[in-house]
Amino acid sequence: MRLVRYTLARIVFYVTASLFASFFTLPLLWLAFAPFNEKAALSVTVPDSPSLANFGQVFKNTFAVRALFQNSAIQALGAMLIVTLFATLAAYALSRANIRGKDLISYGLVLFSSVVTGTAAMVPIFLLIFRLGLINTHLGVILVFSGGLLPAAIFIMRDFVDSIPRSYEESALVAGASPWRIFMDIAVPIVRPGMMVVAVWAFVNVWGGFLIPFILLRSPEKMPAAVAIYSFYTEAGTPIITLTAAYSLLYTIPVLILYLFVNWRYGFRFFGGIKS
Amino acid sequence: MASVTFEGVSKHFGSVKAVHDVSFSISDGEFVCLLGPSGCGKTTTLRLIAGLEQATSGRIDIGDREVTYLNPKDRDIGMVFQDYALYPHMTIADNITYPLKVRGLGAAARRKRAEEVATSLQIANLLDRRPGQISGGQQQRTSVARAVVHKPQVFLFDEPLSNLDAKLRLEARSFLKHLQQELGVTAIYVTHDQAEAMALADRIAVMEGGRVVQMGPPLEVYRQPATTFVANFLGSPPMNLLRVRLELTKQQAMLVGETFRLQLPQISERLKGVVSEGEALIAGLRPEHLHMANDSDSWSIAGEVYAIEPLGPEALVTLKVGDSLVTARIFGDEPPKANVGEKAYLLFEPERLHLFKASGERIP
Repeated sequence: MRLVRYTLARIVFYVTASLFASFFTLPLLWLAFAPFNEKAALSVTVPDSPSLANFGQVFKNTFAVRALFQNSAIQALGAMLIVTLFATLAAYALSRANIRGKDLISYGLVLFSSVVTGTAAMVPIFLLIFRLGLINTHLGVILVFSGGLLPAAIFIMRDFVDSIPRSYEESALVAGASPWRIFMDIAVPIVRPGMMVVAVWAFVNVWGGFLIPFILLRSPEKMPAAVAIYSFYTEAGTPIITLTAAYSLLYTIPVLILYLFVNWRYGFRFFGGIKS
Repeated sequence: MASVTFEGVSKHFGSVKAVHDVSFSISDGEFVCLLGPSGCGKTTTLRLIAGLEQATSGRIDIGDREVTYLNPKDRDIGMVFQDYALYPHMTIADNITYPLKVRGLGAAARRKRAEEVATSLQIANLLDRRPGQISGGQQQRTSVARAVVHKPQVFLFDEPLSNLDAKLRLEARSFLKHLQQELGVTAIYVTHDQAEAMALADRIAVMEGGRVVQMGPPLEVYRQPATTFVANFLGSPPMNLLRVRLELTKQQAMLVGETFRLQLPQISERLKGVVSEGEALIAGLRPEHLHMANDSDSWSIAGEVYAIEPLGPEALVTLKVGDSLVTARIFGDEPPKANVGEKAYLLFEPERLHLFKASGERIP
C-alpha cells in the first residue's frame, strides 16, 4: 500500500516537473532549431534539411550586424568596465571605512537601483542626458546604464569585500604595504570572483537593454542589437521568423560564452567567502 | 632587536577604556606574555605596539625610537595573527616573502630568502602550495615565517596557538619557545591560556580591565599572586579562595571559616598593622598544596566529598566546604578511595597559605 502511494506520488511529481520543464525548454529548443530551418514558424520542428541560409540573409543586413558586433559590444563592455571598477572601489570603501550609517547606505542602494533605470525615470533621464549633450552618443547610454546598475553592483560587491578578514589587511599593513598596494595585492585578487559576477551581470543587463538606447540614441548607426532586431520585422510589424531566429541565436552567443568562461574560471556565485 | 616601553599608555574606544594608563618596559630579547581573559585589553595592547591602533594618550618606544604615532610599516615589527591571515590566492613562498616584496626586493632574492626561512621552519617542501592545501600547524609555521622573513626588531603574537588542536598546540608551543631563544628577538605574546604563558614567557603581564595587575617571572606570579584575580587566573585548576574572618587576640590570630578554624601562630607577625580584628579576608590555597586525610589536624579543612576525578598521574578531589567547593590535586598512582558525601579532611602546610584582603589585594 505504501509502495503504491509512494510510486503514485513520484509519478505525479515527475509529470508536473516535466510540464514545468517543457514550458521553459520549448522556447530554447525553438531557438536551437529555427535558425537552421528555412521554413521556420513558431512551432518547434526539427528541420528536414538544416541550412545556414537564414544566417546568410542576416549578415546581408549591415545595420543589424553593426548593431550586434559593434554598438552592443561598445555599450555593454563600456558599462561593464565602469560598473565593475566603481562598484569594487565603492564596496571596499563602504566595507572598510568608518562611515556612520554605511549599512543604511548599502541597503538604500538596492532600493534605488530599481528606480533609477525604471521606465518612470525615463523623462528626467532623457532631459539630463540632453542637457549634458550626450543624446545620440554611446557614452550617454553607457553612463545611464552604469548609474542604474551600480547600486545593486555595489551591494553584491560589498558582500564579497566583507568576507575578507580584516587581519589580511592588517598583516599587510604590518608587512609595510600602502593602502593602495593592499587593495591591489590582497583585496582585488580575493574579490575577483565577485568582480566577474558583477561584470557578467552588468554585461547581460546592457546587452539585453532596449528602452534606454531606444530613447537616448537617434541615428541607426548607433543602435544596439536589442533595437536592431526590429529591422527583421516586415513593414506591417510582424517578425520574419526565420531571420529573427537566426539573429537571436547570434545575439545569445556572446552572453553564453561570457557566462561559461566566468563559471569555469571563478565559479558563478552571488555571495562572498574565501575559496582557498 | 629592541626593547619596548609603555609610558602611561591609554586607549579608549568612545567611553570604553580598553587600555588604561599602562606602563611597562620589556628589555631586548625578552619573551613577555600578556595574559588575561577576553576583553582585558591584552590584544589592544599588542595592536598598540603594532600600530594597528593609535594610543589615546601616553608614549610607546621601540628601541630608542618613539613610535607612538608611527605607521605599522615604520615600526619594524613582525606579527603572527590568530587566524594566521595567510593570503589564500598566493603560494606559501609568496605569502612568506610578501614583506620583502613590499620593500621592493627582486623575485630571485625573495625566493632565496623564502627557501632559507622555510627550511629553518621545516616547511620548505610546501613553498609552491597554497594556504588551503596545507594543515593548520603548517599554516601556523608559514605565518611565523612571514613574521621573521624581514628580520624585525620585535615579534608580536596574537594568540597564535588558539586555532590548533590540543596535541599540535603543545608541539607548536615548544617550537615557538625554541625559535624565540634561537633568534633572540624581543617577543610579545598575547594569550588567555595561563599554561601557555607560564611555559613560554620570561615574564608574564597579567591584565584585567585594561590595566596590568601584575608583571613578573612566571613562577613569581604563580607563587605570589598580587591579587585574587591573578591567583584565580593562573593554575589549573585555579587557586581555591575561601572567605574567612580574622579573630585577633593578644596571643594569637585565628582564621575562622564556615567549617574550620585555623590558628596562625608564626605568620601572625606579617598581619600586624595590616589587618584588624574581625576583618573579612580571603584565604587562598593551591590545589597541589592540599593533601587528603581522614582525621582533622590543626592545619586542615573539613568537608564532604563532592567529586573525585582521576586524571592518570593525579586525581582531582573536590570537597564541599560549607557553601564553597575546594579542589585538591592528589598525586599518586591510585586515586583516593572515598564515596560522595563522606566526610574528609584536606591538610596543608601553613606557609602555603595565601591571604588576601576582601578587596583582592595580597597581604604580604
